[in-house]
Amino acid sequence: MPQAGIRACAPRLGTYPVGMEPRGQLPVVGAVAVGGVLGASARYGAALLWPTPAHAFPWTTFTVNAAGCAALGALMVLTTETATAPHPLLRPFLGTGFCGGFTTFSTYALDTQRLLAAGDPTRGLLYLAATAITALAAVWAGVTASRTVRARAQARARG
Amino acid sequence: MNWLLVMVGAAVGAPLRYLTDLAVRARHDSVFPWGTLVVNVVGSFALGLLAGVAPGRASPLLGTGLCGALTTYSTFSYETLKLYEDGAKGYALLNVAGSLAAGLGAVWLGVETAAAFG
Repeated sequence: MPQAGIRACAPRLGTYPVGMEPRGQLPVVGAVAVGGVLGASARYGAALLWPTPAHAFPWTTFTVNAAGCAALGALMVLTTETATAPHPLLRPFLGTGFCGGFTTFSTYALDTQRLLAAGDPTRGLLYLAATAITALAAVWAGVTASRTVRARAQARARG
Repeated sequence: MNWLLVMVGAAVGAPLRYLTDLAVRARHDSVFPWGTLVVNVVGSFALGLLAGVAPGRASPLLGTGLCGALTTYSTFSYETLKLYEDGAKGYALLNVAGSLAAGLGAVWLGVETAAAFG
């Protein structure tokens, strides 16, 4: 498996990535904050552009979450699975910050609860399951597309 | 004005999510993404409380900004995919079922708590 060597160097769940130990966190926290502000603003803008009526299927939050998952999947391949290390603040800014602030779990949970409480269990359960399935498919699609592009670029670089 | 409130809330919520995840990882050496689960459950409970206190009115500062940026769907999905790819398929399934059940339970508890004291 050609990725094994790269994977071994990549940060694993449960360990601190290089340069992200608890000390010296200020630039990282700043990058997360700025990215989070931009992501949340984009989500708020989407909600203003495409408002969802009460008790309707929350298409805007659904789409925002799916798009953010695809973007994070693509980004994580670029920041954790490439031989050359990217800028250390790229992942905190775009991943943890922007994608994290753009997508939301709390609004998803509240909208689901509202649909269920409004006596529309079918729509509530459909929203609950459809978001989870679409989000997982989107993150997989983002990861897969990014790995394909990276593999083609590496093949081209080798000639 | 509302834009500014969303931005201020997110400027607190997003770093709070990052620091919570860091603190949880430092205490639990586990492949299971407890940090993301914690922020998603806490943020869902808080948004439920807000919705129960002021029904029908979304709060740009605390709701859209703070709770919205504190919680995340993208990291939850990515961590689930990583668990699956790394062979921890049981944990991946548990993360999805557990996050959905705990998030929905937390938001419901928040709404009910606000109603009980309101």
